[in-house]
Amino acid sequence: MSDHLHEPGLALHVEDLTVSYRARPVLWDIDFDVPPGVMAAIVGPNGAGKSTLIKAVLGLVRPTAGHVTLLGRPYRDQRRNVGYVPQRSSVDWDFPTTALDVVLMGLYGHLGWFRRPGRPEIARARNALAEVGMIDFADRQISQLSGGQQQRVFIARALVQDADIYFLDEPMAGVDATTEKAIVNLLRGLRDRGKTVIVVHHDLQTVRSYFDWLVILNVRVIAQGPVSDVYTAENLKRAYGGQIALLETAPAHPAPTQAG
Amino acid sequence: MLALLADSTIQNVLVGAALLGAISGVLGSFAVLRRQSLLGDTLSHAALPGICIGFLLAGARDMPAILAGALAAGALAALAIIGITRHTRLKTDAALGIVLSVFFALGVVLLTFIQSTGTGTQAGLETFLFGQAAAILRADLYLMGAITLGALVLVALLWKEFKLVTFDPVFARTSGFPVLALEIALTMMIALAVVVGLQMVGVILMAAMIVAPAVAARQWTDRLSVMVVLAAGFGILAGTSGAIVSATARGLSTGPLIVLAISAIVLVSLLLAPRNGLIPAWLRQRAGRRELHETLVLGTLSHLAVEHGDPDYRAEQAMIDAYHGTRTHQALEALAQKGLVAPARHAPETTPHWRLTDKGHARVAHPTEREDEPQ
Repeated sequence: MSDHLHEPGLALHVEDLTVSYRARPVLWDIDFDVPPGVMAAIVGPNGAGKSTLIKAVLGLVRPTAGHVTLLGRPYRDQRRNVGYVPQRSSVDWDFPTTALDVVLMGLYGHLGWFRRPGRPEIARARNALAEVGMIDFADRQISQLSGGQQQRVFIARALVQDADIYFLDEPMAGVDATTEKAIVNLLRGLRDRGKTVIVVHHDLQTVRSYFDWLVILNVRVIAQGPVSDVYTAENLKRAYGGQIALLETAPAHPAPTQAG
Repeated sequence: MLALLADSTIQNVLVGAALLGAISGVLGSFAVLRRQSLLGDTLSHAALPGICIGFLLAGARDMPAILAGALAAGALAALAIIGITRHTRLKTDAALGIVLSVFFALGVVLLTFIQSTGTGTQAGLETFLFGQAAAILRADLYLMGAITLGALVLVALLWKEFKLVTFDPVFARTSGFPVLALEIALTMMIALAVVVGLQMVGVILMAAMIVAPAVAARQWTDRLSVMVVLAAGFGILAGTSGAIVSATARGLSTGPLIVLAISAIVLVSLLLAPRNGLIPAWLRQRAGRRELHETLVLGTLSHLAVEHGDPDYRAEQAMIDAYHGTRTHQALEALAQKGLVAPARHAPETTPHWRLTDKGHARVAHPTEREDEPQ
């Protein structure tokens, strides 16, 4: 196995990745790398292909060209080392089930066919719920949770997978400030335990305070690297064009950070 | 009644109706939760050309051939729906509509062709449109029973896989499950349920058997497992009660009666289910309105006491009525029962008067603090 490793030193290695919908490229010739143990943000304007990028990495969208490896291996061999938190709006929250049950779904893949979750799985799921501060809501029907609580349940479902690399698609979208803070702390905790956390993020204001690695995307990769090197007015302008005018002055005053 | 149950035709109908209720309740739950309520409608209408082709190939009203034809046509329609939604820009509802009309039109053409050849009249294929439960034989029951048992065992074995694919198919894929195969299995099983229901309720009303038990069950529970069991129970209840009514009353056909029975269960569920039902919601709203009224009356009493500089001020009921422009007697009595106001006399007047109790004053000062009161 080990003789086939490709770029094993990188948590995520994406090379020449191209994805098109109806002959129009959504992602074009993407090359980027994320080292292990960082908390990385993928930012870019609407339609830049951020979600598509994650879906292509996870094999949910078929790329036209290119390849992806995670810690040296293709996704199909690394599935168990990868946790995924889809956008909250991707499911019907009126589904008849509880918060605990949703978290248990994170273990279905580990259980394999036919086997049902038992006591040890329930204990792990409860731990994950406790970690995101949702243990008191374990038996709550999921439609009775607020948006932020639903997001935490989704994160708990990924935590319980005990992965090395986590992908989160806009986890901070539509949640209140307290939940956002809690989610960021949780993700930092993962990074501090050596995990790699890759987040599609929409809020440029908070990029510098939350993340240590940054990929700026707009169909192509505009810039990538440590946040301090990459978060520049010039790079953002190249990705966002005129939309960024308001933020242009921000990097000039380094860190009067009340952000959060 | 016992004499009825001893009749073997009626036994057959009862068992068949129960089997149909069980399989359509269980599989319908998944279809409804996957927002494919009309899948049953499409697949049952799509069975008609299969029934006709089965008849033509066998050259007679040969049940196994007809049911095999129905299943094949249903399966083909199911694959067509999946293919259309995956490979074109059409959404599921459009795909269901197209497949339903194409297959059913083809079925009607074949049916009229068979009838015009003269063999059709004695074949009686049109009974498959609305079902003819009395024609069910013991041998048919074995087939229906085997299909139902097979479907239930499959759902039990693949319970967590079906649940995951129904709730979050994308996550199911990242968990390594073959989502397309599981979705095809769920869809194909609906085609099997249609085969079970063909003789009982027919192709046209079969849709109700897929949708209605699941919709009724969803009203009563927030757990998938409870919902599926309850849907099967509702299906069995409707099936058997429809069968019994048609056995006791002459000239009423079983299939439509079963559909009416399950519709009645849906209606009751929509009206009465504790959390989602319309009547409980209306009662909660009425209780809320009453409480609001009581709070306003309490506020008026407090205001009068302050105006008069007398915490024990006794307000005449007619004056409170006049202030609110409506009768306040009911609200005052309710407040008195909660110990917030007390009736009083104010000589020489003989009319009813009310004053705030200490508890009433406390409630006005801190309206959100309620000690021992239920809710």
